[in-house]
Amino acid sequence: MLQLYGTSVRSRLLLGTARYPSPAVLAEAVRASRAEIVTVSLRRESGGERSGQAFWSLIRELGVRVLPNTAGCHSVKEAVTTAHMAREVFGTPWIKLEVIGEDDTLQPDVFGLTEAARILCGEGFEVFPYTTEDLVVAERLIAAGCGVLMPWGAPIGSGRGLNNLFGLHALRAHFPGVPLIVDAGLGVPSHAAQALEAGCDAVLINSAVAQAGNPALMATAFAQAVDAGRTAYEAGPIEARDFAAPSTPVVGTALLR
Amino acid sequence: MRVTVIGAGVAGLSCALELAERGAHVEVLERHGELAAAGCSWFAGGMLAPWCELESSPPLVMQLGAESIAWWRERFPATVLQGTLVVAHGRDVAELRQFARRTAEYQELDREQLGALEPELRGRFSRALYFAHEGHLDPRAALIALAKRLGELGVSMRFGVEASAALLPGRAVIDCTGLAARGALADLRGVKGEMLLLGLPELALKRPVRVLHPRLPVYVVPRADGVYMVGASMIESDEGTRISARSLLELLSAAYALHPAFGEAQVLEIGTGVRAAFPDNLPRIRRIGDALYVNGLYRHGFLLAPALARRAAQMLLNGQHFAEVTDEDSRQRRLA
Repeated sequence: MLQLYGTSVRSRLLLGTARYPSPAVLAEAVRASRAEIVTVSLRRESGGERSGQAFWSLIRELGVRVLPNTAGCHSVKEAVTTAHMAREVFGTPWIKLEVIGEDDTLQPDVFGLTEAARILCGEGFEVFPYTTEDLVVAERLIAAGCGVLMPWGAPIGSGRGLNNLFGLHALRAHFPGVPLIVDAGLGVPSHAAQALEAGCDAVLINSAVAQAGNPALMATAFAQAVDAGRTAYEAGPIEARDFAAPSTPVVGTALLR
Repeated sequence: MRVTVIGAGVAGLSCALELAERGAHVEVLERHGELAAAGCSWFAGGMLAPWCELESSPPLVMQLGAESIAWWRERFPATVLQGTLVVAHGRDVAELRQFARRTAEYQELDREQLGALEPELRGRFSRALYFAHEGHLDPRAALIALAKRLGELGVSMRFGVEASAALLPGRAVIDCTGLAARGALADLRGVKGEMLLLGLPELALKRPVRVLHPRLPVYVVPRADGVYMVGASMIESDEGTRISARSLLELLSAAYALHPAFGEAQVLEIGTGVRAAFPDNLPRIRRIGDALYVNGLYRHGFLLAPALARRAAQMLLNGQHFAEVTDEDSRQRRLA
């Protein structure tokens, strides 16, 4: 089982809750995905007493753990403020920390990210930082107190898969004990399987399910892919080679010439 | 038959008209003081775009919505039938491909065809989708026209009257009060929308244009006298009194990106409203006691009100049944 800040979870698929055709479709997708954790982004203006409550109570009724996120925050201050609001609204120390640095790629601002992570970890938050696959940034995040890393596969919503598989391998090798959750950029289930095969601990999917023609069916497919990828990782994949290696032993074959 | 319709938004007025046209004796009660204050209809976009809605809605919305175009043409002759254009900026062409895959009844236009159809957009987009059978209307003019027609049919409309089905026992009531009906319809939620009215007489778009974007899709709907409605956000929130600075920036930037002339437009109005929706974002006619609740029209008020009004009137007057808009069928509808 995967351990995230002392919480055990069985499912290695986390699901985002944005951009579904309706809350009912979202609920079906969450059930189909067997996810135990969903991310919910908090808009600043929805922090009031009644606003957004109806949507959040729908989320709560799903019976899954909520990982609030600071989606769309562009500065340390904004992200920290949003994290405070999220803690109040959802009553959890968990926060998926996003500090966006660039609007075209929605690439994380890793400088702001490490700063915000340091502040929030100091305040007792359990931070899930959305970062790049950069090893040095990851070091800084761990030093800031993060116990989980969320490297991207590709830019948010791009559906391009794992752009830097080597980078993820390096992260895995460098931080054998830190949960790695690939967040963002996955488009199809094979991308998720690939991440798990590479030894990443879990994946977070939003657009690829929410925007699919049939979100619940796509959630099922991702759940299967995550299972397959993880099982393959545990089974120990063979190494790739440059030349053929016959699966039938050559020694002892009859000489028919 | 005597019927009380509560709520003077597009759902209430459409129901009242359907009933009055069928000979019922109708009165309309509205808690706000005037038509302009009666809920979110006043701030609607007024697009009659059933085939575009296939992008993110089940086929039911298209089926019900397709009925509405003729209904509006008949009762509000200023309804415009010029179709809808859907475009995306170069970097978002994947959105256009996805939109095309999920919708129906459109033609693909290249740069030249787009320029010929909508000269103001000549050269601005290399591809577009043209939904020729769709229409649009000015919601405010349409509401006023419905109210006038109701007056001609002898329907009394009383404003500033608090009413609910519970206060009118034994009366036939159609409740069309949107989110205010949440006391009776616990599964309703609010979805906030924000819109702008911009004045730009020198631009002459003939039809609504939807600009696709992964995060900030917007639409621009032309109205009479060089006025454009730009909308609309979709925010899970029950409070609709103010627009955020970010929403305002995003709506304006999107209009400006569609056509730079919008940089010179006058901001005539900033409007917000809260639309009532059920969890599957599909409308319902729900019977509770003697009352019928017509609700959950979500962002499809003008598109769906006629089809719902027709069904509500027949349910009330003839005891007919319409599984597609009542709760028992909701699972099938979702999977359809």
